[in-house]
Amino acid sequence: MAILTVKKLTKSFGGLTAVSNVNMEIHQGELVGLIGPNGAGKTTLFNLLTGVYVPTSGKITLNKDGKEKSMQGLKPYTICKAGVARTFQNIRLFKELTVLDNVRIAMHQNVKYGLAASFFHLPSYVREEKKLVQESTDFLKIFKLEDKKDELAKNLSYGEQRHLEIARALATNPSLLLLDEPAAGMNPAETAQLTELIEWIRGEFNLTILLIEHDMSLVMKICERIYVLDYGTVIANGTPDEIKSNKRVIEAYLGEEASHV
Amino acid sequence: MEQLLQQIINGISLGSIYALIALGYTMVYGIIKLINFAHSDVYMIGAYIGYFCMTSLRLGFVSSLLIAMVFCTLLGVAIEKIAYKPLRNATKIAVLITAIGVSLFLEYGTMFIVGPTVRSYPAMRGIMVKTFKLANITITMQQVLIVGITVILMILLQFIVKKTRIGKAMRAVSLDQDAAMLMGVNVNTTISFTFALGSALAGAAGILVGVYYNSINPLMGTLPGLKAFIAAVFGGIGIIPGAMIGGYVIGIIEVFVSGYGNSMYRDAVVFAILILVLIVKPTGLLGKNVREKV
Amino acid sequence: MKKLFEVRGMKKLVLLLLTFVIIQLLVSFNIINAYLQATLATICINIILAVGLNLITGFTGQFSLGHAGFMSIGAYACAIITMRDATVKGFIIGVFAGALAAAVIGCLVGLPTLRLKGDYLAIATLGMSEIIRVIFLNLDITNGAAGLNGIPRFVNWFWLFIFTAGTILIISNFIRSSHGRACISIREDEIAGEAMGINTTKYKVIAFTIGAFFAGIAGALYASFFYFLKPDTFGFLKSIDVLVIVVLGGLGSISGSVISAILLALVSTILQSFSEIRMVLYALILVVIMIFRPQGLMGSKELSMAMFSKLGDKLKSRKGRV
Repeated sequence: MAILTVKKLTKSFGGLTAVSNVNMEIHQGELVGLIGPNGAGKTTLFNLLTGVYVPTSGKITLNKDGKEKSMQGLKPYTICKAGVARTFQNIRLFKELTVLDNVRIAMHQNVKYGLAASFFHLPSYVREEKKLVQESTDFLKIFKLEDKKDELAKNLSYGEQRHLEIARALATNPSLLLLDEPAAGMNPAETAQLTELIEWIRGEFNLTILLIEHDMSLVMKICERIYVLDYGTVIANGTPDEIKSNKRVIEAYLGEEASHV
Repeated sequence: MEQLLQQIINGISLGSIYALIALGYTMVYGIIKLINFAHSDVYMIGAYIGYFCMTSLRLGFVSSLLIAMVFCTLLGVAIEKIAYKPLRNATKIAVLITAIGVSLFLEYGTMFIVGPTVRSYPAMRGIMVKTFKLANITITMQQVLIVGITVILMILLQFIVKKTRIGKAMRAVSLDQDAAMLMGVNVNTTISFTFALGSALAGAAGILVGVYYNSINPLMGTLPGLKAFIAAVFGGIGIIPGAMIGGYVIGIIEVFVSGYGNSMYRDAVVFAILILVLIVKPTGLLGKNVREKV
Repeated sequence: MKKLFEVRGMKKLVLLLLTFVIIQLLVSFNIINAYLQATLATICINIILAVGLNLITGFTGQFSLGHAGFMSIGAYACAIITMRDATVKGFIIGVFAGALAAAVIGCLVGLPTLRLKGDYLAIATLGMSEIIRVIFLNLDITNGAAGLNGIPRFVNWFWLFIFTAGTILIISNFIRSSHGRACISIREDEIAGEAMGINTTKYKVIAFTIGAFFAGIAGALYASFFYFLKPDTFGFLKSIDVLVIVVLGGLGSISGSVISAILLALVSTILQSFSEIRMVLYALILVVIMIFRPQGLMGSKELSMAMFSKLGDKLKSRKGRV
């Protein structure tokens, strides 16, 4: 059952077409990869899916609990509330805030008190805040960041920051998670750890995952299907094996001569 | 009809002043993204220098104009070196407050030195009081002078920016400071030069206003400065032709509102234009849409 | 007795009461004379203005140069109401009507302009504030440029204290709530905040409206203490004044704003005798501080009991070594 359907999605910035006529279908529970050379339009596609950019044309449909919901043109926070979360290519943590705060902010939608309660710290505030701290801390435990909860996000190590970025996205309780180059800057050991983490969270949180990555070991290992983007269009789509031997893909990455080898 | 043409002529004169001041704002914003609050006070000091040249030193108009422009040039460069350069990498708010501090320093410093009272420029003589009459419309020599000098200066400016190396450097630095530096452009010199140009124009505007409107005071820069800034935003902040167009548009609108409408609301109309521009097209008439990369 | 101190917030409450009582005594015995009372009123009004602006600019990261406009709405509303109903009841209505009016305008101003960022937002707010000033300059009910005189005076230390403490408490409380954190996320990284489900436009407007509300209160207090209003009091310079207090105290630090408001008022009083050179010195101080300590006094940290105990520990360890 398709959880996300993308039809003829196009995005142009003035004269430049970054994404052109992209069709995509992601099914419940899948772990799908999105690869392609630099500048192919992968992050732009993510930005379209999460409402940061408005499509020039095309449709994005989210299928949740049997109901279809049109996503294009919606604001990012609405899309997040509909169950789509994302991480960023260049980590966008709230750097001057604590690890706990980063997660608490992501859990804002669960909070059930209004402005009046926040002005006067009414009992509902006290109660909900306590719950929120507990939930956030429990969440951090899962990602082994609990003992760093009062640390400023900017003081974490790079690997920890990447983990926090994922944790924060998950704290919004998504059904679809978009990961943008989560392994960027990681060494093989860290990448292996991340690979395990991704597989684990998929099961634990009942997620569907769409993953942009350049690290082929990661992609080929865990993705069930892969879309390949080049110059804004999908040039191939299939299982890792199919993609590995696809002529157009090799051409896109390594140039024409390589594909003739 | 005659009233209309007369108003247009008045508007063009006022617009010239706004254009001269607006150019300084737009060039500085274009090159270092700073709203130079002290710019309007450089204009004020230009007026005072002109005043002292013409009264104490008894110099003629042209010499006074040149001296005012030179003095303001030096002042503008000095301000940049002392107050803005140390804050090149600071937060926007810190630089803004510094600019405000410099502005207050100039205003109250001038007040401290020459006193807060309004001073009048000496009465003009000779060709400066000549008027022309074109079918019931009066054009004063001073108006011709203002527009003429403004046009000459703007042509000079365009020449410098488009046809000289330093002009190219200015354009490069305003597009991408780091890349320009890597290409061998001396960014510091270029920025100083930008301030120099803008301040020279402001100085010219100051003395022209002194001659035309006759009275000067230490706080005379605030309102015209604000309006000139709005003119720059209207035309597209950071875009030189935009400031020129903006200056004339604001000048003409202001004169029209004053003449045909309620002069009390004259200022409010200019501010309303600002709000409208910012809501409809913040990058201004000639501006492009800039997108943040996510 | 010790157990009583452990009740949450008890220390703060005692501190508050002590402050109130001590100053009230000083006022009653005229040690704080009429002249100093004006300074006291200015301090309190500036604290309310600064804390409100800090919420908008320091915590939510929205650059506002139009705070004086909101203040003027509160001032004129309160003045007009109390001049028609010169009772305590009228005063209270005046204060809240002024604050609400300011809040409504804040909301209306915020909605279209909060799409703008940085410098653009700053000049838009400046423009709005100037438009308000020109409107007040031209209305009959505000008596135009001549201003309003003889506004009934209700503000005394009690009211100053209530409203100042109230402002500080409410805004600190807000900051430490999830809604407050939503505002802070906007300052930190608006795009990330949106991606995490925060309706950033809504929260920007909320911050603006709250800030405007309290600016309205400050304006009302100003009107009812200094009993004379004219539109030029609430111009660009006043907005700058408040921004300077906030920046000098530290953007994002409420205690910074409080300390800064007090310090600047004291500096202003001391320099009163050097009236001409006063502004020149003030301007110089501004530039120097921005160059050498742009984060202000407190940065984005708050004054806390923990800091005092750390200081205490440091002193203790020094004593021990001697």
